[in-house]
Amino acid sequence: MKLAQPEGLLYSKEHEWVKIAGDQATIGITDYAQDSLGDIVYVELPRVGAQVAQFASVGVVESVKAVSDLFTPVGGEVTEVNAALETDPALVNREPFSGGWMFKIKLAGGDSQRSGLLSAADYEAFTKTQ
Amino acid sequence: MKISPLYDEHKRLGARMIPFGGFDMPVQYESILKEHQAVRERVGLFDLSHMGQFILEGQEVASWADRLTVNTVPTMKPWQARYNIFTNVHGGAHDDVIFYRLDDRWLLVVNAGNADKMWAHLSEHAKDSGVKLTSLHTKNALIAIQGPQSVGVLQPHTDADVRGLKYYFCTRGKVYGKDAIIARTGYTGEDGFELFVSGSDASEIWRRLLADNPGLTPAGLGARDVLRLEAGMPLYGHELTEEITPLQAGLNWAIKFSKPDFLGKAALQSQQSADNYPRIVGIMMDGRAPAREGYHVFLGEKKAGEIRSGSIGPSVGNRSIGTALLEKEAATPGTDVVVHIRGTAYGAKVVQLPFYKRNYEIGAA
Repeated sequence: MKLAQPEGLLYSKEHEWVKIAGDQATIGITDYAQDSLGDIVYVELPRVGAQVAQFASVGVVESVKAVSDLFTPVGGEVTEVNAALETDPALVNREPFSGGWMFKIKLAGGDSQRSGLLSAADYEAFTKTQ
Repeated sequence: MKISPLYDEHKRLGARMIPFGGFDMPVQYESILKEHQAVRERVGLFDLSHMGQFILEGQEVASWADRLTVNTVPTMKPWQARYNIFTNVHGGAHDDVIFYRLDDRWLLVVNAGNADKMWAHLSEHAKDSGVKLTSLHTKNALIAIQGPQSVGVLQPHTDADVRGLKYYFCTRGKVYGKDAIIARTGYTGEDGFELFVSGSDASEIWRRLLADNPGLTPAGLGARDVLRLEAGMPLYGHELTEEITPLQAGLNWAIKFSKPDFLGKAALQSQQSADNYPRIVGIMMDGRAPAREGYHVFLGEKKAGEIRSGSIGPSVGNRSIGTALLEKEAATPGTDVVVHIRGTAYGAKVVQLPFYKRNYEIGAA
């Protein structure tokens, strides 16, 4: 199965994606990440209003067999979390880049945060080394 | 790392492999949950070739094995299978096993991770006993067909009357013309068969079963673990260990105190009469957070034990379920307890095992 790496998103080496529009960022985990984890059964997300630092651990994603840390690819204030994942965590498996988004952040500190992130092509190359 | 005779089949099917009991084995092919569902609703195909297979021969096998285990061996009829536990002198579980009485020989199936330990244990006790041991581990394969449609999958391809085979009995037969011991046993809570075949025949049988049965789903060790947990079956290293006795694991039905002396009997009797031992219970979390091995369980402010196995239970409404080893005071079904997960307290209830029971009879045809 070919895994998707949509253009226009930025990626972290911890396998999160982030879509940045102005100072708003939407974050989820990649197709590669959901495929590696297998059936996702539980997602623990940060609290709305929390201040999080770039690349900090902010929650967990659990599959049938494993518990994995969820990192945030950008820092700022958490403004919203995807409540649908509480009752349907498998949404992350089915739609990792759309319905399975995890949380939104109001970016702190402008564009400098982009520098630590990967383009779609670079992320795809990175996954091949894993 | 050892590999199964079916290793190439797993690779061809795109399985994700993990080390288990010293073998590189498939944990899942496509999805643990889909494989679990296939076994509960239809039928799944498992490779269990990592399990240790030992042949025991000699007039004295039954009485010899009876002195090393908690369940009764000599009363087994020809072609009967029986669950049993080898104990240590403290009553702890050395391994949990199934004895299969064949014609004049016995087949003993041990856990993969315990195979070397058990071989040493059996060899030591077999000295001067007249019991001859042979290991078929890594030579033979073990293929399991599990699920309510198991009879329909196997019967057309064997000369044995598997439809009429009773639960926990076995027979000799041919499967696709290859010699097999066919047992109506399993570790899923469903009807099913386990086929003991030569490693050199395993791939052909595996491929032909899949080719002839489009509904037959290859299932990995991940699904197997969820299935056995829902069915309340112990997994060695979790609900049974050298320290956790069969009595603590709630396997009282398998312990025959009435039989002559056996290794660990005195320790188990004293544990039973004192009746203050920590014991394995079922745990159902109030919310969705999964319980995982090692999480601490509290009764009020007091630590009462820890989680030994955990998963979501697709057959239990996707509830978060598990087992825990708890102090007696916390172990009564219905007791409210608290499970600590990453520093947060989550509510849970102690429940009776199993979580899941099949709603049909096996071998009633």
